[in-house]
Amino acid sequence: MTQASISDPAIAARSAPPDATRGFRLPTHWLGVAPFFIFALMFLILPTLYLVIGAFQNDQGEYTLDNIRQLFLDASIRDAYWVSIKISFWSATIGAFIGLAMAIAIVRGGLPSWVRSSTMTFSGVASNFAGVPLAFAFLATLGRLGLVTVLLRGIGIDIYALGFNVLTSWGLIIVYLFFQIPLMIVIITPAIDGLKREWGEAAATLGATTWQYWRMVVIPVLWPSFLGTVILLFANSFGAIATAYAFTGSSLNIVPIKLYAQIRGDVLHNPHLGYALAFGMIVVTGLANIFYIWFRTRSERWLK
Amino acid sequence: MKTSRFWAWLVFAVGAAYFFIPLIATFEFSLRMRRGEYSFDAYRVVLGDSRFQETFGYSVTVAVFTILLGVFLVVPTAYWIRLRMPHLRPIVEFITLLPLVIPAIVIVFGYIRMYGSNSPLPFLGSARGTDALLVIGYATLALPYMYRAVDTGLRTIDVRTLTEAAQILGAGWATIIARVILPNVLIAVLSGAFLTFAIVIGEFTLASLLNRPAFGPYLQNIGANRAYEPAALAVIAFAITWGCMSVIQILARFAPKSANRPN
Repeated sequence: MTQASISDPAIAARSAPPDATRGFRLPTHWLGVAPFFIFALMFLILPTLYLVIGAFQNDQGEYTLDNIRQLFLDASIRDAYWVSIKISFWSATIGAFIGLAMAIAIVRGGLPSWVRSSTMTFSGVASNFAGVPLAFAFLATLGRLGLVTVLLRGIGIDIYALGFNVLTSWGLIIVYLFFQIPLMIVIITPAIDGLKREWGEAAATLGATTWQYWRMVVIPVLWPSFLGTVILLFANSFGAIATAYAFTGSSLNIVPIKLYAQIRGDVLHNPHLGYALAFGMIVVTGLANIFYIWFRTRSERWLK
Repeated sequence: MKTSRFWAWLVFAVGAAYFFIPLIATFEFSLRMRRGEYSFDAYRVVLGDSRFQETFGYSVTVAVFTILLGVFLVVPTAYWIRLRMPHLRPIVEFITLLPLVIPAIVIVFGYIRMYGSNSPLPFLGSARGTDALLVIGYATLALPYMYRAVDTGLRTIDVRTLTEAAQILGAGWATIIARVILPNVLIAVLSGAFLTFAIVIGEFTLASLLNRPAFGPYLQNIGANRAYEPAALAVIAFAITWGCMSVIQILARFAPKSANRPN
């Protein structure tokens, strides 16, 4: 152990505490974070910028807004954005309300504690169970030969004869709920935990009815985190492609599938319009995230 | 109180039904391959398929490399930010959240245009290069989860004291990170690793657009051409996700709870 002594000149010279040498080694300070920043620049920021700049250029490399204008003029692209936004909006909103109801039930409903812990564990799994296998699961459930379809036909309800088809945007919304609801539960449960019991007691002492307590205490406290999470769920489903692609192939006209076809084979016959399509996706998810962060900072005021 | 408990049970039961019916239906469907009776034929066919074994093996390898790259990128950075450059924290956190903002399909689109075979960095010029780009892409997608896991782990240890102690004993930076910091945040790193694994193993978009023989495109291909095998594959995929999440839960029990204990 004597070798490890600080007074040993050999060891002291080998590695001095960086603080002592800061004055003349300043650039090496950055070496610790350099790999990360180079990686982020090369594989995250520059590729994205490449597309964004390309969205504002034409074939000759001149700057133009034509591609962006084309996004709105081209009926099929406009339609794709509209369907994508509709699917994301409804799956986020419905998922958020059901997730909120379930979170309130497991936190405040007086259910045994195993219900809460198993719901949280399952939510962790289900919120990560997306992509191609999820599409298979729902085809086996609500497809023409799926278990639920067959069972309902057995009791005389033919849902396909009634006009139901799982391979539509509403079918896709039902499928997306499988990861949207659990994600809502995972995110909103801590916010509901943050509702202090004292607030309920204080409201009751002041003579508030249950309805008044909800309207004047619970909803105002919860709504920023609720809205924030809705927006997060929206962005979450807006960029998703694997489930939809495995589900309906390329027949469903939504933005990620359109972009997929464009990357594969320039179906728009204009590479720069493809960049604009990608740029549009970044704008939508980017705006969603800005609102999310804004709501998040508002909600944190109450949940300390 | 009694009525509220009734409603809570009702909400819980309806929710649970929505989640369990598809799982039961998928399992039931996967058993239906042999006419008139239940059997595990679909599983036998799937597991015996050489393309299943190849693509699954490929994806596991890619996942392992992704985890190594992620750890190599994130641990030193998060450590350094905590120790020396806390003023950079907001910027680094912002960058690690970007993959949640920019859809994966957009990121890979950028790769395809920037790193094509005629570019200065022709990743896509060779199969090995494309594999490398796939690993890089997955590391990017996993960045938000990996960074958050590691940063949470670092919060529970006293980075400064450990570093100073190691320096007094003569350790260099590589030794400090590999033999002092990493073992202390190993549980956090492992939970990040298993989450990365769960994300990478069945990923479709990147693998498909980079034309690599991964498990995700294989799943999609089977889904488009077969009847019962997809259900069996969905059950297997769910089991893998479940396994990864269970490991993370178990690891969380071993993780130190309180940060920077007094004294």
